[in-house]
Amino acid sequence: MNLNATLFAQIVVFFILAWFTMKFVWPPIMKALDERATKIADGLASAERGRHSLELASKNSAETVREGKVKVAEILAQAEKRAQQIIEDAKTQAKVEADKVVAGAKAEIDQEAARVKESLRERVAELAVAGAEKILRREIDAKVHASMLAAIKQDL
Amino acid sequence: MATGHEAAANAPNAGEYVVHHLTQLNTSGHAQTSIIDFSIINLDSVFFSILMGVLGLFVMWRLAKKVTSGVPGRAQAALEILVEMVDSQAKGIIHNKESRHFVAPLALTVFVWIFLMNSMDFLPVDLLPKFWQYASGDHHAYLRVVPTADLNVTLGMSIGVLLICIWYNIKIKGLGGWVHELFTAPFGNHPLLYLPNFLMQMIEFLSKTVSHGMRLFGNMYAGELLFMLIALMGATYGVSTGMTGPLLWIGHILAGSAWAIFHILIVLLQAFIFMMLALVYIGQAHESH
Repeated sequence: MNLNATLFAQIVVFFILAWFTMKFVWPPIMKALDERATKIADGLASAERGRHSLELASKNSAETVREGKVKVAEILAQAEKRAQQIIEDAKTQAKVEADKVVAGAKAEIDQEAARVKESLRERVAELAVAGAEKILRREIDAKVHASMLAAIKQDL
Repeated sequence: MATGHEAAANAPNAGEYVVHHLTQLNTSGHAQTSIIDFSIINLDSVFFSILMGVLGLFVMWRLAKKVTSGVPGRAQAALEILVEMVDSQAKGIIHNKESRHFVAPLALTVFVWIFLMNSMDFLPVDLLPKFWQYASGDHHAYLRVVPTADLNVTLGMSIGVLLICIWYNIKIKGLGGWVHELFTAPFGNHPLLYLPNFLMQMIEFLSKTVSHGMRLFGNMYAGELLFMLIALMGATYGVSTGMTGPLLWIGHILAGSAWAIFHILIVLLQAFIFMMLALVYIGQAHESH
C-alpha cells in the first residue's frame, strides 16, 4: 500500500469516465425514460377519455331508447284512436245509407199504395157505378147521371 | 513440478507468496520501497482500472445508443433499473437540478466502475498473475488485478470527489461565501472561533476524503488477502504429508466458495457505499451551514 503517481492517473481517468457518461450514456437513457413516461401518461389520459365517451354514448343510447318507447306508445294511441274514428265513421255512414234505403223503400211503398189506392178508387167507382147501374138500371140512365157519379168518385 | 519435494524446495513459502501477490507491477521495474514516490506509476492498477471503466462504459454506451422509449429489451430494462436507482438516489440527496446533470451520471459511473473493478476479485487469484508471468517471460513478475485493492486508485477517486465538492462549494456559495463559511462554521461567527472553525473544516474534508478512499480499499484489500490465504490451503496439496494436504484442499473449496459468495455482497455493497458517500459529500457542498 504505497502511494505513487497512480493516484493522479486515477483522478484523471475518473473525470474522463464521468464526462463520458454525462455526455453519451446518461442523456439518451433519461430521454427514453421521460418519453416513455409521457407515452404512458398519454395512454392513460386517452383511456380515461375513451371511458368517458363510452359512458356518454351509453347514456345517449338509453335516452334514445326511452324516447323511442314514448314515441311508439304515442303512435299506438293515435292508431287506436284513428281506428275508433274509422269504425265510428263507418257506422255513421252505414246508418245514413240504411236510412236512405229505408226512405227509398218507404217512398216506393207509398207510391205503390197510392197507385193501388187509385186503382182501387177506380174499381170502387166502377163497382159503385155497376151496383148503382144494376140498382138504377131501370130508372137511371148512366149517361144522364154521369156528373153525379163523377162527384161520388171524387169523394172516395 | 514433478514431486512434492521439488515443489516444496522451489515454491515460495506462505509469506513470500502473499507478499508477492500484494506487490504492484510498476514503472520502476521493482517493488516500490518508499511509502510515497510520485515518480512511479502502478501499471497493473492503471491498466485494469481503465479496462474496467472502458468495458462498463462501452456496454452502457452501446445500450444507450439504441435505447427506445417503447417496450424495452431485457438489457435495456436492466440498465434502466440501474439508471433509475442512481437517479432516485441523486434526486433524494442533491436538490439542485443543474448539478444533477453532472453528479447523477458521475454517480452511475462510479457505481458501475467500482463494481467492475471489485469484481476482478472473483477471478482466481493466480490466474492473471500466472498468465502475465508466462507472457512476460519473467517468472517473478508482479501483477495485481484488483485496482480497488490499490490505495492509489481508491484515494484517487475520493480526491476526485473532494475536487468536485470544492468546485460546487465555490459554484453555489461563491468563493467569498465559501471562505466565509470555512471560518464561521460550524462553531459560529466570532473572531476567536475563526481558527477552530477553519481547522475543523480542514479536518472534516481530510477525514471525509481519506475515510472515503480507505473504506473501499480496506474492504477490497482484506478480501483479496483472504482469497490468497484460502488459495494457500489448496497449495498444500501434495506438499503436506498424510491427510493434511487433501483436507486443506477440501477446505480451500469450501472456504473459497463461501468467501466468493459472500464477496458478491461486499463487491456490490462497497460500490454502492462509495457512490452514496460521493453523493452525500457533494450534496453537503450544496448546503450552507
